[in-house]
Amino acid sequence: MEKIKKAAKCMEKAMNLLFLVCGLLTILFVILITVFLVISGIPAIRNIGLGDFLFGKTWASTSARPSYGILPFILTSVYGTLGAVLIGVPIGLLCAIFLAKMSPKKVGSVVRNVVDLLAGIPSVVYGLVGMIIIVPCVREIFHLPDGANLFSAILVLAVMILPSVISVSETAIKAVPKEYEEASLALGATKTETIFKVVVPAAKSGIVTAVVLGIGRAVGEAMAVMMVAGNVANMPELFGSVRFLTTAVASEMSYSSGLQRQALFSIALVLFLFIMAINLILNVMIKKGEQND
Amino acid sequence: MKKIITIAAVLTIMAGALGGCGTNGSPAGEDVKSEKAKSSQTVATDGSTSMEKVIGFLSEAYMEEHGDIKVTYNPTGSSSGIQAAAEGRCDIGLASRDLKEEETADLQGTVVAIDGIGIIVNPDNPTEDLTIEQIGKIYSGEITNWKEVGGSDAPIVCIGREAASGTRDGFEEVTGTKDKCKYSQELTSTGDVVQTVSGNPNAIGYASVASAGDTVKMISVEGVRPTTDTIQDGEYKVQRNFVLVTKKDTALSRAAQEFFDFATSEQADSLIKEAGAVPVKR
Repeated sequence: MEKIKKAAKCMEKAMNLLFLVCGLLTILFVILITVFLVISGIPAIRNIGLGDFLFGKTWASTSARPSYGILPFILTSVYGTLGAVLIGVPIGLLCAIFLAKMSPKKVGSVVRNVVDLLAGIPSVVYGLVGMIIIVPCVREIFHLPDGANLFSAILVLAVMILPSVISVSETAIKAVPKEYEEASLALGATKTETIFKVVVPAAKSGIVTAVVLGIGRAVGEAMAVMMVAGNVANMPELFGSVRFLTTAVASEMSYSSGLQRQALFSIALVLFLFIMAINLILNVMIKKGEQND
Repeated sequence: MKKIITIAAVLTIMAGALGGCGTNGSPAGEDVKSEKAKSSQTVATDGSTSMEKVIGFLSEAYMEEHGDIKVTYNPTGSSSGIQAAAEGRCDIGLASRDLKEEETADLQGTVVAIDGIGIIVNPDNPTEDLTIEQIGKIYSGEITNWKEVGGSDAPIVCIGREAASGTRDGFEEVTGTKDKCKYSQELTSTGDVVQTVSGNPNAIGYASVASAGDTVKMISVEGVRPTTDTIQDGEYKVQRNFVLVTKKDTALSRAAQEFFDFATSEQADSLIKEAGAVPVKR
């Protein structure tokens, strides 16, 4: 019996160590990536100048007199994300309300499965569908010479952020105590009034978390937007060909060299800072939500 | 008791796995060593992604004949390939453009094949022929409507490749539109360009003659259709060279030299054709 206990203890210790190592490994990856990005991103910024880099309006990395201004990319990423949130969040929120409060059980489970499926579709498939369906449709509907523009990218991104918006806000809405709702209904409010004036405000912090999560997904998406946005480094216009931060890195990396390559790392650093900021906001939101609870 | 057995079993399996690693590991290590010892038997090529097909066909045929020699290909892009050749990181660099002046100082470029760049439009587009000047004006934004070049009254949509693409480099050089192109889309692969042009009746694009396919219409340039003959004798103007890059001052290893000779010999012509490029005129 003693032996068994000893062996079990040994095993326990070994497993603990394994868990610890795996945990440390993840931290190590994050640190490695951060250090790598900072080290490889700083030289180009220093070379170009922070102001010229962040606020320069022309990106012509391979021209005879190259210029490396990434303001078009930054603005495109910001506008694109905002547009996607503007379209995706209302749809996602209403869908979440439907799932949490309105749907019959069977319908609800079907919709939920479909939403999960939507989350699992690879982004290149979104891009392909966007390229073959959305781009020509946008061209026809708005009578444009070409449909690959910011608007098409926004449509694709809006669909892509739906799953995270829906599932997180559904959880938040479901977490609202039933008594709130009952009290509201007992006071004579209709179901719609109850949902929009009581349930949604009570689930506010969870819904904001969902929005921030959606923003994170939209900012970081590369493949799908690369296939529908046109990828020309213009200042953003709704119906103009545009290039996002992510696609700026992805489309030139394979062939680049010298300062151009360093500048791409700098773009990646800017993108990384964006994502970090979004994550930071997300953490603050979640903490706030916990305090409220 | 059961627990002991379980633990014992787990330990045995783990030991077995570890042991397996060990015994498998050492011969693998030896393999690496022996490969290093006969490194002259590997021919490393590095460079242009556009040359993938050509180099693939050549190396496959070559390896079939010489079972002991391995030809590797690292698709990194023309500039990286030239750099790799200069730094001795590969035996033969691959470039889908001619060497620049500063590069020819210590590097030797040998044309192995020619790639015709086809000008493609949507099959519904009535335009059959454009001059190089017209193409240049279309891409630099001076001509914006198809009716100005004899087509229907519709805006022209210029589709191109990303800034560092070899095809774009070749195209812009021939048409004199370097840094002047006003693209409405910059796509990252030939397939994307073909797909987009086939989906937009107003689009014009460029792609390797071999990989354009039949979902798009390839037009003639200055009255010359892109065919093997017209590309070979230079009549068809929109073309670029596929170049093997070697160092001037260092001799190739025996295997690399043999592969180089094979690739530039008449024997390789049919393979180059199969790969969709045009062999050089002999």
